[in-house]
Amino acid sequence: MRNHRFELMTDLTELGVAALRDGVAGGAFTATEVAQAFNAAVEAAQGALNAFIVTTPDAALAAAAKVDAMRAAGQPLGKMAGVPIGMKDLFATKGVQTTAASKILEGFVPPYESTVSQKLWDAGAGMLGKLNLDQFAMGSSNETSGFGKVISPWRKGDDTTPLAPGGSSGGSSAAVAARIAPAATGTDTGGSIRQPAAFTGISGIKPTYGRCSRWGVVAFASSLDQAGPMARDVRDCAIMLEAMAGFDPKDSTSLDLPVPAWEAGLNADLRGKKVGIPREYRVDGLDADVAKSWDDGIAWLKDAGAEIVDISLPHTKYALPTYYIIAPAEASSNLARYDGVRYGLRDLPEGANLQEMYAATRAAGFGDEVKRRILIGTYVLSAGFYDAYYTQAQKVRALISQDFMKAFETVDVILTPTAPSAAFPLGQKSTDPVEMYLNDVFSVPASLAGLPAMSVPAGLSRDGLPLGLHVIGRPLDEQGVLNASLALEQRAQFSAKPGKWW
Amino acid sequence: MSVNTADVAKIASLARIKVSEAQLEAMVPELNGILAWVEQLGEVDVTGVTPMTAVIPNTLRLRDDVVNADPLTGGDIRDAVLANAPVAEHGFFGVPKVIE
Repeated sequence: MRNHRFELMTDLTELGVAALRDGVAGGAFTATEVAQAFNAAVEAAQGALNAFIVTTPDAALAAAAKVDAMRAAGQPLGKMAGVPIGMKDLFATKGVQTTAASKILEGFVPPYESTVSQKLWDAGAGMLGKLNLDQFAMGSSNETSGFGKVISPWRKGDDTTPLAPGGSSGGSSAAVAARIAPAATGTDTGGSIRQPAAFTGISGIKPTYGRCSRWGVVAFASSLDQAGPMARDVRDCAIMLEAMAGFDPKDSTSLDLPVPAWEAGLNADLRGKKVGIPREYRVDGLDADVAKSWDDGIAWLKDAGAEIVDISLPHTKYALPTYYIIAPAEASSNLARYDGVRYGLRDLPEGANLQEMYAATRAAGFGDEVKRRILIGTYVLSAGFYDAYYTQAQKVRALISQDFMKAFETVDVILTPTAPSAAFPLGQKSTDPVEMYLNDVFSVPASLAGLPAMSVPAGLSRDGLPLGLHVIGRPLDEQGVLNASLALEQRAQFSAKPGKWW
Repeated sequence: MSVNTADVAKIASLARIKVSEAQLEAMVPELNGILAWVEQLGEVDVTGVTPMTAVIPNTLRLRDDVVNADPLTGGDIRDAVLANAPVAEHGFFGVPKVIE
């Protein structure tokens, strides 16, 4: 009997969102059994992967008990009923420490719940814990976390060199890839859902800017920040996005539009659709494995019935420098709130006045990358430099957006690689900030234009590491993005997963 | 444009981040590397282009002009607001003496 139960619990962690939801609803297993299985998996992996900043097994069990009671009472169950998830530690969670992976917020316990997390709990999801990330979501490898870096569950064969899970949603990507969470929330400012999804062989979608409320999400760059789901496959992402999205009067840029039934609308038949292949993304020296997976993706979409169209996005090469002016500018303004007065860390040196307290607090609390971006942002917004940097960047951003709008006059979606390489070893790119920034070369343009974009696993590199394909769609056309991604997923038949070495 | 140690000290002061001399020295080449890289934007012809203000057309809404329209973000929650303060005294945030 004991062995039987153990096997059931092991198997449950292999299931994704749809299978868990349907299994709980159909009575194949209880939500409590699901929560217990994932709680155990989280506990067993935490020492090796460091995917969570805090774990909340009791919260997962309490949510599960509620779902089981509702089912027993014959009440209707939510879209995520019985599915325990990881919550990126950028979302404020009532009564549970929320840090943005920065020491400046260590010990901060929000007296309120973010809109997105509340929607997920209302849909019947439970919380396994708060997931690690790059500090204030600034980074592409998870090395900037103030609570230790996340280790990817993936390894290059027998080589034990720790690899980056991507960033900033690296705790989310590691947890889903390691099967210690069936799904996780992510946030994406310049690629922070898509690049980590690609690095770990999972799926993730950043919806159109304004679909998911930013209320209660620790702000990085407000004109770019957007929440989205990270899960094993396209269907699971569609289910979870439906639960996360929707109008919120508390977010001034929230879109007042109904949430489409994305899961019900899934359709991998692309006949009559046109897919754009932007020539500017075929950069000099593009990694051979990445180039091959892109060609595979083109062939798969053709096979699904789509017509392939060569397109031009002429301002692509300016997207990254534009981003690295706008994002730090907004960050320097948003992060001015961390002053050691209202919440978080305070460093008050002996005899210090108020200004000295601010400076000491921010010096002690922020990590190096956060300081670097605040300084860049302060500089580009300062008197005498504002027009040359910030205004110029907002103009180039308009041109980048116009490039996309022009392309979408002829094509329905755009296909590119997600990242310029497979996962790299931790520490390899941490000495030169600009080299790290180049990781976002394919994901940043869609962020600047506020477009929906998704990464799905395409295959493995010659080293046996996952590579992602990236689908960009028209504003508000998440369905088109999900459908093209589903067509890729069905043909890629990606089934590789990391060996369980922890 | 490039920055020197004095510029970085000024920026850090504006940003209210204390930096040591050694940190300043290390930051100068890092920031110059980033600035040199973003400078390529200068070559883009932006004649007649309006700077982007919103990626998705949207109008900012006003909330109802009533007290505590949303109880969560309205008033009468002093203790919740102060709960995370490093120093809270007599219902206020505590800070070092500001006026001599």
